[in-house]
Amino acid sequence: MGFYKFLLTRLLTFILVVFIGITTVFFVPRFMPSDPVEAMIGKMTANQAFMEPEAIVTLRETLNESFGLEGSVLQQYFGFVKRVILTQDFGPSLASYPIPVNELIARALPWTMGLLLISTLIAWLIGNVVGLLAGFRKDKAYSKALEGVSIVIYPIPYYILSLILIMLLSYIFPIFPLTATFQGEGFTWEHIRSIVYNSILPALSMILVGTGWWVISMKTLSSGIAEEDYVQFARLKGLSERKIMTKYVLPNAALPQVTMLALQVGSIFNGALITEILFGYPGIGTLIYQGILQADYNLIMGTITISIVAVAGATFIVDFLYPFFDPRVRYK
Amino acid sequence: MKHWNFRLRLGVVILAAFIVLGFVVPLFSPVNPIEWGTYLKNLKPSGEHPFGTTNLGQDTFWLLAKSVQNSFLIGILVAFFATLIGALLGLWAGFKGGFADRLITVLTDSFIVIPTLPILILLGSLMQGKASLLMIAAVLIIFNWPWPARQLRSMALSLSERDFISTALFSGQSTLKIIVKEIFPFVAGWSVANFINTILVAIGAESGLAVIGMSSNEQATLGTMIYWANQHQAMLAGRWWWIGSPVAAIALIFIALFLVMTGYQQYSALRRGK
Repeated sequence: MGFYKFLLTRLLTFILVVFIGITTVFFVPRFMPSDPVEAMIGKMTANQAFMEPEAIVTLRETLNESFGLEGSVLQQYFGFVKRVILTQDFGPSLASYPIPVNELIARALPWTMGLLLISTLIAWLIGNVVGLLAGFRKDKAYSKALEGVSIVIYPIPYYILSLILIMLLSYIFPIFPLTATFQGEGFTWEHIRSIVYNSILPALSMILVGTGWWVISMKTLSSGIAEEDYVQFARLKGLSERKIMTKYVLPNAALPQVTMLALQVGSIFNGALITEILFGYPGIGTLIYQGILQADYNLIMGTITISIVAVAGATFIVDFLYPFFDPRVRYK
Repeated sequence: MKHWNFRLRLGVVILAAFIVLGFVVPLFSPVNPIEWGTYLKNLKPSGEHPFGTTNLGQDTFWLLAKSVQNSFLIGILVAFFATLIGALLGLWAGFKGGFADRLITVLTDSFIVIPTLPILILLGSLMQGKASLLMIAAVLIIFNWPWPARQLRSMALSLSERDFISTALFSGQSTLKIIVKEIFPFVAGWSVANFINTILVAIGAESGLAVIGMSSNEQATLGTMIYWANQHQAMLAGRWWWIGSPVAAIALIFIALFLVMTGYQQYSALRRGK
């Protein structure tokens, strides 16, 4: 398969994923047994003591418009797609009126991206190095111990691990804060320090689970490759173990791990959402949660649509980078 | 059981303990464990209440048992139908080829990438924590069939090259019959592993949704138990039995399921080798 064909298939998949995602987000509220607009109004009037009848009428109109409930379903659908693709305009936030949803998302996105990028990268690197060592020398006691630890940590979902870490490191040993509070602003030392301090626990829970997974899969891959004929040949040729490990086993075992990373982006993102909510970390996950608590429909639709596009995009990028690691795809 | 490896044994033992807790123990429950105010609030663990009582006046032990039951029911329901639908569609696509194959491949590739949680949260927020467990299970089935479909499609592709499949084809058997009779025995092992993994994924998704109050808040599942405990500041008040027991249960169940899955894969790989 040539490079361009490879790229084209991935690009088509990306477009399709975004399309299916947006379509699902569009149709889900329409298959609800209850009218989402009335449900939202009910929730808002329940939260606030009293609302003028005229205010409710205006609110209903606004909501109908932001749900895109005017016109036929087909018109609504094309209106929605056009809004998402062309303008990325999700209207103003209903709870923090008149701040546009886009602005709230733009504020939260760097937090989520930072948390995700750093924790995924650390987990992937540590996991692959440890997994390579454990797989290459699979009969050593430390290999078995490392695998044992990974098997115990990996299956635990992110949010359960977050809760365990909160219990251990925020309550029993109060080292880290329970919810994120930030000091200072901009590029001051105080601000940066409080960001790092508040991000350690959420990042740690994601790194632990992630590392467990990469160790397990890398160990399986590298122990398989270590028994291939060409590795045996390298050994007979008298190459050092270190060279065999880094030049013969690592490149072949790391490739499937890149593909695996592309497949895992979605589930890592899912984990990040709940982890953020549990820690009150100011990213997209917490924003979605705020939207739900405040019945801010524009915010919910905006954040969820952005999530889908972001995950599809990240998957596409990882896939796109794959040929740079694998010469077989590049040159054929 | 003689040839079972350590992982499989350990996993099955832990899992069996939880299945007894979830499906046998609730039969002896003296009261409806979900009902509020059955007992005094916030009792510490004692002989009468081994895990104490919750801030809502429920016995934590009976509540936990019922929660384990519901979580398992969701997991098994989703895993069964997702694996079945995925297996049939994947095998059919791989074996039939052509347009159906391309359509199913495109669908599975896209569904695997779409992040399910935001869509589930959207659904949950519109239902305002009142979705039925059955509905959540149905949605989870929709998002979990593509993985087995993708795997089994590629298995079917390599199997369809074999002679006995051509023989069956030329002797006039229908596609469905060939899939069920000739191909399925070959992919059964993988399907069992996938079934167990999907139980894990489904329980995880429901609990994750429930922890933030987007599942069936009125029902007892491991996730909703954590939700109510968090809502009533169980951690801050030091009511470890309330928040700690579902957290520990989920962690143990997931480790056990994972051990059974990987242990079973090793076991069946060895058995094939013999």
